[in-house]
Amino acid sequence: MDYAGSDRTDGLADVPVTIKILIAGGFGVGKTTLVSSVSEIRPLRTEEHLSEPGTNVDVLDGVEQKTTTTVAMDFGRITIRNDLLIYLFGTPGQHRFWFMWDELAIGALGAVVLADTRRLADSFPSIDYFERRGTPFIVGVNRFDGARHFQPEDIRAALDLDHGVPIIACDARLRSSGKILLTALVEHAIRIQQAIRILSRDPDYAAPVTAP
Amino acid sequence: MPAQDDTWHDEEAGPVVRPYAVIHGRTKPTGERLDLIAMITSTRLPPPDPWQLDPEHFSLLRLCRVPMSVADLAADLDLPLGVVRILLGDLRDLGLIAVRRPAPALLHDPQILREVADGLRRL
Repeated sequence: MDYAGSDRTDGLADVPVTIKILIAGGFGVGKTTLVSSVSEIRPLRTEEHLSEPGTNVDVLDGVEQKTTTTVAMDFGRITIRNDLLIYLFGTPGQHRFWFMWDELAIGALGAVVLADTRRLADSFPSIDYFERRGTPFIVGVNRFDGARHFQPEDIRAALDLDHGVPIIACDARLRSSGKILLTALVEHAIRIQQAIRILSRDPDYAAPVTAP
Repeated sequence: MPAQDDTWHDEEAGPVVRPYAVIHGRTKPTGERLDLIAMITSTRLPPPDPWQLDPEHFSLLRLCRVPMSVADLAADLDLPLGVVRILLGDLRDLGLIAVRRPAPALLHDPQILREVADGLRRL
């Protein structure tokens, strides 16, 4: 099997190709549960140096207080075939880790944004981020006991989502549900590609600038 | 629960001093930043000077006798990503590993995307 765009001049013909999918959403919405329902999940540690201005009152002009923080991310691997692997990354929830998102989003196929109907606003930052970046995404509405049931169109209105963005009810604990979400995301990405191809035949259409 | 300022590390975060001792206090890898899903394969060449390498370098070389992603290597060795990137940068500079970057063109290939969707459905 030959993949367009992969580099075969490096003598790495047996190296699997890899695709990245992000699992986003607010804190406690079920990201870890979703990753573990469809893949073998493991924690990935990353240590980041953060500058913390204004925390020291000592007269140390020009000396910034540097803090190292450990960010734990969930990641899981799905083997589609021996030569085709999907990696799932749960995005860190806390706001101070936004800088991690750019690294995660570069080259990602797309994202599943999980939402909880009791706290829909928690998914706004993720939706904003992927909309701004032009990353394909779908919304998975995780069922929580005691949460009221809403129609997808109510949720679309509340989240101010484009009509093309799929909204799917799910139970992040179930493997079958996780499979449906991921498959829907990939099919959404295929539709976006098709639309871009059709539009690009139009001489008046300017192709979007995609991030590297 | 410790005070807010003390919560940067807890016991679950693991040792902090040791990983940075491994990389001799360096915080930036050499060369191009390795993607999380870049695949690393040992070239199986002998190290020019084995004393130049730390045990963690050898652990990485052992693991990537079969192709392994950067994220998998960090999780397997239970080392922070930044530390693993620096160690892999050393090995790349010595020609001991080959790196295959993920191909962005894959994401625009309808045939590959179709195969991914079918594969997910079959899981």
